[in-house]
Amino acid sequence: MASLQRIWVIFRARNKEFFRDRAAFGWNFAFPFLIILGFGIIFSGENIQRYKIGVFPQAGTRVVFEETSIPDHFQTDPAVDFIALASLEEGLQKISQHKIDLLIDGTAGDRRYWVNDASPKGRIVEQLYQAALMPRDSQNARRYSVDGTRARYIDWFFPGIMAMNMMFSALWGVGYVVVRYRKNGALKRLKATPLNAFEYLSAQMLSRIFLLMFTFSVVWFGSDLIFNFRMQGSLLLFLFTFFLGGLSLCSIGLFLAARGTSEEFTSGALNFISWPMMFLSEVWFSLEGAPEWVQQLSWVLPLTHLLKAARKVMNEGATLIDIQLECGLMILTTSLFLILAARIFSWVE
Amino acid sequence: MSILEVQNLHKQYKTVVALEDVSFRVEQGSCFGLLGPNGAGKTTTMEIIENIIEPSGGSILYRGGPRDDSFRQQVGIQFQHTSLLNFLTVKETLRCYRQLYRNPEEIDWLVKRCNLKPILEQRNNQLSGGQRQRLMLALALVNRPELIFLDEPSTGLDPQSRRYLWDIVDEIKADGKTIIMTTHSMEEAQYLCDTIAIMDGGKIIAEGSPAELIAAHCSTNTIKLPRTVVESALDGLGLDYHVDNSTISIRTANVDSVLTRLLGTGVDLSQMSVQSPNLEDVFLILTGKQLRD
Repeated sequence: MASLQRIWVIFRARNKEFFRDRAAFGWNFAFPFLIILGFGIIFSGENIQRYKIGVFPQAGTRVVFEETSIPDHFQTDPAVDFIALASLEEGLQKISQHKIDLLIDGTAGDRRYWVNDASPKGRIVEQLYQAALMPRDSQNARRYSVDGTRARYIDWFFPGIMAMNMMFSALWGVGYVVVRYRKNGALKRLKATPLNAFEYLSAQMLSRIFLLMFTFSVVWFGSDLIFNFRMQGSLLLFLFTFFLGGLSLCSIGLFLAARGTSEEFTSGALNFISWPMMFLSEVWFSLEGAPEWVQQLSWVLPLTHLLKAARKVMNEGATLIDIQLECGLMILTTSLFLILAARIFSWVE
Repeated sequence: MSILEVQNLHKQYKTVVALEDVSFRVEQGSCFGLLGPNGAGKTTTMEIIENIIEPSGGSILYRGGPRDDSFRQQVGIQFQHTSLLNFLTVKETLRCYRQLYRNPEEIDWLVKRCNLKPILEQRNNQLSGGQRQRLMLALALVNRPELIFLDEPSTGLDPQSRRYLWDIVDEIKADGKTIIMTTHSMEEAQYLCDTIAIMDGGKIIAEGSPAELIAAHCSTNTIKLPRTVVESALDGLGLDYHVDNSTISIRTANVDSVLTRLLGTGVDLSQMSVQSPNLEDVFLILTGKQLRD
């Protein structure tokens, strides 16, 4: 039978230890501000999604369009940045290394261009360039804008970054602490008391989620001041999804650190679980159109459910009923891994 | 009345046998010492009894029955190698540990008994060796235990701290608590323990009170004379003696007889001393003088 008092005692002791460890606390407190600063810089301009087209021969650092045969309407295309290059050799080197997406000979009458076949962005910008060279047929094409509130890229992207940050902090935060305590004998001392593995692990998990939510709130509200996020649903529900997601990630970290005293092994195991989540849980890109097996694999990862739920709340205004499946799966993951970790937990080397 | 009974304890790590058929009883209110060279199996025996590691075989009876969940509530443990949360103060550490138990000791009593008042607000990572050992002892007493395990409690302590620790252990004994301890210090064992089991190679090779062990294994006294005594004066007396740089050592079970013979030769005995056998002699006789790692 778990004792709430013992969980509370260890929870408090761990929090005190964390907040008094100036190095650890300083880093964990400073890190969110660094994230805000980093994203402020990255997203302050609008050039992040633009294609880069190199133009040669150009003597200066800016492309002089008067000296080129590039169509006027393409020169002002908002999706494209033109980069001045001195020679063909310089341009070929840059395009072969994916530093630019397309290379145009600005003075050639036959409108010569080079593209790297290994670059997906190169193929797209090639289509843009070819379309720009064709006669404009505006009578047969009609353009419509989407009505209503549109999700901006950052409103889709930022929850992913936050979830990724939470994942690393949850997995490594609890995993390393438990291994270190086991190695230095602190767990052995606790084993001599009536504290059981479930109580100890629960306290560790709750302490870490307390810290994670503190950090998350600082970053979120700080970033909101800069980016003015468009929250369609309840902010409280949004925070709740991260709370559940953090718990499920902590429980996986505890499971992976339930035995052993090697930080190297634990690090490898944590990497093994975190990297697939980073790429298959739609942190960076959507898996729409990905092979069926990739989507099925993604479905078993808790980060996927955290992100689905958080984005539904933020971008679609979902309610608790709408995200009950994701919440249920996160609770299930937490319970399963916490119980498994307690079952196999080792206090001593 | 036995508070603890260890029966045929066996522990094997893959191909290494750490303990083999270890059995003993500990009487309530006594101090039981496990002595042995490094690697003899003392700490393994302690940690199996403490329920920290599992035995490969054998049984342990606490108050006549198997150890149940209440065992942890009733025993106090001071480990040889362990750690605490570095950034908590001594006071917070005591509070934290006492809240893990159903019937904890008063903090004031612990502070007074283990002399923790001067360091109450100090953090655990700022404590000296002696202060740390006193705190570890206080933690072992935090739940008013009936049975207390002390694993090499005075290792690394200066003479003053060691003496202070012995005084505390004496007071605990006077309270009627039972103590099981390991130590490398023969002086400590002789001073504190009522019963001693000497271990070597994972087995108990001798057991008894310090006096019984000495009587059983080492009955010879040593008479020491300065080297200035003429060696030739000892010839023909039939004595078992050896000479080193400054001393002549005569081993005998009958001191009176040797002294009578020495007086008969007119040897100057003004600087003579007689050493009775002690636990260290017994230990070296039983476990040998070979260096252990």
